[in-house]
Amino acid sequence: MRYILLIYTQQAPNSAEEMESVKQAHWEVIEETTRKGILLGCEPLAPTQTATTVRVQDGTVLTTDGPFAETKEQLAGYYILDCKDLDEALGYAARIPSACGGKPGCIEVRALPGLPRREAVSEQAEQKSEAVLAQ
Amino acid sequence: MPDVQAIAESVFRQESGKIIAGLIRLSGSFDLAEEAMQEAFASAIVSWAQKGVPDNPAAWITSVAQRKIVDQIRREQTRRGNEDALIYETEHLKTHHDPEIEDEAMHLPDDRLRLIFTCCHPAINQEAQVALTLRTLGGLTTPEIAHAFLVPEATLAQRLVRAKRKIQDARIPYQVPPAEVLPERLASVQAVLYLIFNEGYTAASGEQLIRRDLCAEAVRLTRVLCELMPNEPENVGLLALMLVQDSRRNARISSKGELITLEEQDRSLWDQSEIQEGVRLVEQALRRRQSGPYQLQAAIAAIHAQAKTPAETDWQEIAALYQELYRLSPTAIVALNHAVAVAMNQGFEPGLRLLDELGASGRLDDYYLFHAARADLLRRLRRAGEARSAYERALKLATNQVEQQYLRRRLSELSV
Repeated sequence: MRYILLIYTQQAPNSAEEMESVKQAHWEVIEETTRKGILLGCEPLAPTQTATTVRVQDGTVLTTDGPFAETKEQLAGYYILDCKDLDEALGYAARIPSACGGKPGCIEVRALPGLPRREAVSEQAEQKSEAVLAQ
Repeated sequence: MPDVQAIAESVFRQESGKIIAGLIRLSGSFDLAEEAMQEAFASAIVSWAQKGVPDNPAAWITSVAQRKIVDQIRREQTRRGNEDALIYETEHLKTHHDPEIEDEAMHLPDDRLRLIFTCCHPAINQEAQVALTLRTLGGLTTPEIAHAFLVPEATLAQRLVRAKRKIQDARIPYQVPPAEVLPERLASVQAVLYLIFNEGYTAASGEQLIRRDLCAEAVRLTRVLCELMPNEPENVGLLALMLVQDSRRNARISSKGELITLEEQDRSLWDQSEIQEGVRLVEQALRRRQSGPYQLQAAIAAIHAQAKTPAETDWQEIAALYQELYRLSPTAIVALNHAVAVAMNQGFEPGLRLLDELGASGRLDDYYLFHAARADLLRRLRRAGEARSAYERALKLATNQVEQQYLRRRLSELSV
C-alpha cells in the first residue's frame, strides 16, 4: 500500500544548527527508504508566501494570494512510501522531522488508494478514446 | 435431546472471540469473518439438532466458517473474472489455501492477541476501539453495546462501520506490534479495557443490569490479555484492580440507589473470593519489580479491601503508594488522593493543609472531588460553615445523579 506522509510545520525563524539537524534526519529516512526501494517520491514545498489559490465559483475563476486556509501549521513537504501496512508508515512518520519551518508540527499519514478503475471513467471519455484508437 | 440452541449460545459466549480472531486472519476482513461465523452458528443449530452435537463444537464452527470464507472468496473471483481486482484477497487465499491444514494454527492464542491490538490501534478513535473490542472479542451485539453506552444503535453501528473501513482502507495491520511500539500500544489496550470496566462500574440506577455485564466482560477480556501476555505485570495489575473494585459492587450503592462511601460500606457484602484473587495477583505482579500505575492502584485498593473495619486501614502504606503513583503519573487527582491519605494517617489538619496547597494552583477548581474531599475534612474538623460552602461548590460541579444525592445528604446532615 502506498502512503503519503504530509509534513505540517509552524513557520518560524530557524537557527542554522536546527536546520542542519532537520536535514540530517531527512537524509537518514531518504537513504533508508531508497535502499529498501520503497521511496516513491519526496520533496519540500516552497513557503506559503509563494502560494496562490484558485477557486472556480459558478464558472468564474477566483484567484487569491496565499494558501487555502491560514492555519497555525502549514503543509511544507511530503513523502510517498510503499509500505506493507500502516504501522510501517507510522514508523517512518515518527522519524521524519516536522520542524523544517522553524517549529515542530506533525506528520499526517494517508493511504493512497490509486485512481479509480477504468469503469469509473465517464462513458463519454471512453467513447472519445475509442474513437481516437479507431483512427 | 440436548438443548442445541443453549449449547450453541454457550459456545458462542466462550469461544466466539477465539473463532473470529482466526477467521479474520484467514479472510483479511472483519466483515467476511463475522458473516461466516454467524452463518456457521446458524448451520450448527440445524445440523446439531439432526446429527447430534460434535465432540468439539468450537472446532466444528471454525471449520464450517473457514469453508464458507474460502467459498465466498472463490465465488467473488469467478463473478468478477478479473485477475487483478482481487489482489489483496487472493494474497490471503494463496497463503491459506487449504482450511483443513489451518486447523491447528487457528487455535494459537496469537490470533486473539492480534485482534486485541488491531481493535485498539491508535489510528482508530477510542470510542470505536471500545465498540470494536466488545463486538469482536466480546461477541456482544450492536444493540447491546449501544444500550450499555447509552448511544443510539445507528450511531454505534456507524462507528463500527467506519472503524472497519479504516482498518481495510488504511491497512491497519493484523499483528502484535513490534517491541519498539509495544508499550504505547499495550497502554492503549489496557486503557480500552479499563474504560469498559469503568463504564460498567459507575452505574447509574436503571442501567445496572447491563452495566454489570460490562464489568464482567472487561474482567474476562483482561484475563485473556493476562493469559496471552503473562510477562506484563501491568496486565496483571489491571486485572487485580478490576477484581478488587468489583468485589465492592454490592456494597457501594444502597437499595435506594445512593452512593455509599468506602468508609460507610457494609464490608460483609464485599466479595471475598474476588478480593483474595485480586490480592494474590497484585502481590504476584509487584514481585516482578516493574511497578506501574495499574499495579499501584490495585495495591491501594487491596489495602482497603483487606481492612476489616475502616479504622484498621493502613493509611500510612496507602499514602506511600500514592506518593509512588504520583512519581509515575503526576496528576492533580493523584495528588488529591495522596492528601486524603495523609489526612487519615497524620491528622485532618495536615491533610487539609496539603489540600489547600494543591488548591492554590487552581488546577482543581473545577473538579468536584477536590471540593468534596475538602468538605469532608472540614466536616470532620467540625468547621461546619466552611464545610457547607465546600459541599455546595462540589454539588454544583458533580454531574452524576448518584454523586449529587450523596453530596445533598451530607449537606442535610450538616444542618442537624
